[in-house]
Amino acid sequence: MIGGRLRAIWLRVWGWIKPFWTTVWRPSLHFSMGFLTLGGFIAGIIFWGGFNTAMEATNTEEFCTSCHEMNDNVFAELKTTIHYNNRSGVRAVCSDCHVPHNWTDKMGRKMQASKEVWGKIFGSIESREKFLDKRLELAKHEWARLKANDSLECRNCHQYDSMDLTRQSPRAAQIHQLYLGTGQKTCIDCHKGIAHHLPNMKGIPQG
Amino acid sequence: MKGVRTVLALIVAVGLAACGSKHEETPRKAPDAPVVITAAGQIDAMRRGVPIDKEASPLPMARVENFDRIRPVNYEMQPPTIPHAIDNYQLTVNTNRCMLCHTRSAAKKFQAPPVSDAHYLTRDGKVLEQISSRRYFCVQCHVVQTDAEPLVGNRYEGLNTTLAKEEKP
Repeated sequence: MIGGRLRAIWLRVWGWIKPFWTTVWRPSLHFSMGFLTLGGFIAGIIFWGGFNTAMEATNTEEFCTSCHEMNDNVFAELKTTIHYNNRSGVRAVCSDCHVPHNWTDKMGRKMQASKEVWGKIFGSIESREKFLDKRLELAKHEWARLKANDSLECRNCHQYDSMDLTRQSPRAAQIHQLYLGTGQKTCIDCHKGIAHHLPNMKGIPQG
Repeated sequence: MKGVRTVLALIVAVGLAACGSKHEETPRKAPDAPVVITAAGQIDAMRRGVPIDKEASPLPMARVENFDRIRPVNYEMQPPTIPHAIDNYQLTVNTNRCMLCHTRSAAKKFQAPPVSDAHYLTRDGKVLEQISSRRYFCVQCHVVQTDAEPLVGNRYEGLNTTLAKEEKP
């Protein structure tokens, strides 16, 4: 019974697919082999390059802060912190902390970000009040992500093995050695709110 | 013809002179004396006696002391000063970074001095589990110290010095 129905569905789907399939399967009549292989190669380069360029364009600070939601809230807060303004002038942009650097992880994050496009279209944080109401939830997502990948985005720049503990303040050196060095804790466990203001932290462990 | 030449030479000379005075660099002068007491008896810490039409050269910026050694208090009931930098510590209605280490339950773990019991009392003397809201904003009483030179001379002797003197004779 079910088999018969499945078969009927498959036949209908095949009816749609068949014309395309036969076209693709048939040898080319008008284009030479060389044109097709070389053309395919060049088209591939253009497509791949274009894809990555577009992907990089969505990784820039200009892109992130082109929305007032980011520009007026989180970006304004970042400006007062050490990741924007510091002694040596090395600074982090949004994607340095919020987008993984590895290609596959990056694609995964970019796909997740489609939710953010949805939020932008329907204005889920369009006003300061709405943003503050949602801040805890949004922050929890980021804490969970950094906790799960052992603060990978922090460690892209800050490596424990390269930290000169003698140049840190005594309490920082001691705590880093005790908790970070032994792998008991990861960066985000203690450094929540390093770049943005914190939501109400009642009941959320910070150290 | 001669008149035109003289005028041209004059213009060039004036132009050069103008350029010269514009680009002349004033050598960086040493900071002015830290404090000047004006005729009216006011301490002029901002302009330090430099007239309003002159540019004052500021003192070097003070740095916050960050050595993590508890400083002695100078008088009875003095709120202890903070012996470390607190740059970008968030102390808002949402979160209190200080209490991460200085709360009683965490103080031992972070080897930080816990806040005193008085900080857990309400105005009516009721003991709370969390820090009392009237003691919540730490930097109202506790402050960092910088390496800035004192603005005026001071003969005040701290509690310990006075006590030591009393014990001696």
